[in-house]
Amino acid sequence: MYKDVLLDHYRNPHNFGRLKKKTSDALLYNPLCGDKIHMDVLIKDGVVEDISFTGEGCVISTASASLLTDYVKKKKISELNTLDRKAMLDLIGIEVSAGRIKCLMLSHEALQKAIKNEEKN
Amino acid sequence: MFGKTIRSRFPVFKNKPGLVYLDTASSSLTPKSVIDKIVEYYEHYPVNVKRGIYSLSEKSTAEFEKSRKVMASFINAPDADEVIFTRGTTESVNLVAYAYGRKNVNEDDEIVVSVTEHHSNFVPWQALAHEAGAVFKVIDVDDEGRLEIFGKDGSVQLEDVVTKKTKIMALVYVSNVLGTVNPLKAIIKKAKSINPKIVAVVDAAQAAGHMKIDVQDLDCDFLALSGHKMYGPKGVGILWGKKKLLEEMFPFQYGGEMIQEVTIAKTTYAKPPHKFEAGTPSIGDVIGLQEAVNLLKEIGFEKIHRHEQSLIKNLRKKLKATFHDAVTIYGPEDGTSAVSFTLKGTHPHDIASVLNDDNICIRAGHHCTMPLHQRFGITATSRASVSIYNDEEDIDKLIKALLSAYKMLSKN
Repeated sequence: MYKDVLLDHYRNPHNFGRLKKKTSDALLYNPLCGDKIHMDVLIKDGVVEDISFTGEGCVISTASASLLTDYVKKKKISELNTLDRKAMLDLIGIEVSAGRIKCLMLSHEALQKAIKNEEKN
Repeated sequence: MFGKTIRSRFPVFKNKPGLVYLDTASSSLTPKSVIDKIVEYYEHYPVNVKRGIYSLSEKSTAEFEKSRKVMASFINAPDADEVIFTRGTTESVNLVAYAYGRKNVNEDDEIVVSVTEHHSNFVPWQALAHEAGAVFKVIDVDDEGRLEIFGKDGSVQLEDVVTKKTKIMALVYVSNVLGTVNPLKAIIKKAKSINPKIVAVVDAAQAAGHMKIDVQDLDCDFLALSGHKMYGPKGVGILWGKKKLLEEMFPFQYGGEMIQEVTIAKTTYAKPPHKFEAGTPSIGDVIGLQEAVNLLKEIGFEKIHRHEQSLIKNLRKKLKATFHDAVTIYGPEDGTSAVSFTLKGTHPHDIASVLNDDNICIRAGHHCTMPLHQRFGITATSRASVSIYNDEEDIDKLIKALLSAYKMLSKN
């Protein structure tokens, strides 16, 4: 079920680490499997200039965070409003069982939370 | 008797050929006899209990009350009226916390649990303690997964834990993660020698399908178990409690069937067990329990224990022989029925997902024991649990699938 490309993202996730310069961040926890994600974003003029994440997770949560952070870089916040579960499934390119949708959506939730925190600031 | 032979009695194996089910600790599969008994109720006397004056209702009531006697005898309760039907262990423990705890636990009193408890025997007590302003004491485990209450000679030492202020001690009989069997008889004896008034609550969910339970021998005050972990229907279980305590307690839920007389001015309540059984119960499921007990009786706990211990021992051995330092196994060497482990560099959820492709069901996560996982500094484990329908072939299939999952997922 795990394609090699996903396993590559799992073993060597893109955008992994903390940002030196950030405008917002969000920490999320998936109590179901204990996955943790800490996402940093640098937003300038409504555009995601940079983004990174750290945390511990399974293949699906790590690979989706890796793919998502790649995807949103240099995109306008307004473009990200349409990001939904289907978009996440398209990003990861495999079927995800109902029990693991949480893993898939963890980075998505973290991103939304970080953007919300940004708006508050 | 075991493995393939007994599998023919569980219809799911016919409908899902090749199924390797190693998650009985979560919920056991259901034998045809239990399903048939439920169908018998719905096809022959699907009416309410205790209400009708007609023979169909008499029949359903008789079968319902027969289940009470069967369950009483299953745990060697002195009186069938001490058996209350609930939705399962969770509801049973909540019933005690609510109806006994809220009446008896006050500020500065103490409640004792252990760090190995399933959330169902942890959270209700924690919440009660917080609400009452009571002290919530949690017994730790050692690295092997045994409660830290034993002296060098193996004797139970509770002097640091139990005091005259301890109102409730709630402990699990068998850990659903570590497989540890707590020597509850000795623990309860010791606790009562320090404080004769202590009320001992036993979570027997993980014990029920695997070993003989004897409430009189344990000298506990309450015992909770679920039908679905002993081959019975899902969503039904029992609470057993000493009659005197049941009589003194608050009702749990208010409504039909739990009353003696209702007037505009006031209500008097029925005697136990009916006092705690408001509303129409899941009658078919309660009746189905009889057949679960019949199955366990037919095979016998001695044989069940021998079979399961041999599987568990070999599973531990094979895990170590296959993965060496890459595997960490939690729980004592003589643990029963379940083995929890982690494989270096892999996430339990990924392991379970990959195993699913081979038709192998194991549990991955914290198994409703987050404090225990925190104790070991981990967030999740994989757990394989065994039962009467498993055999060595299942263990070998598991090891083989684990090895390929490990090769696929390991970051090393």
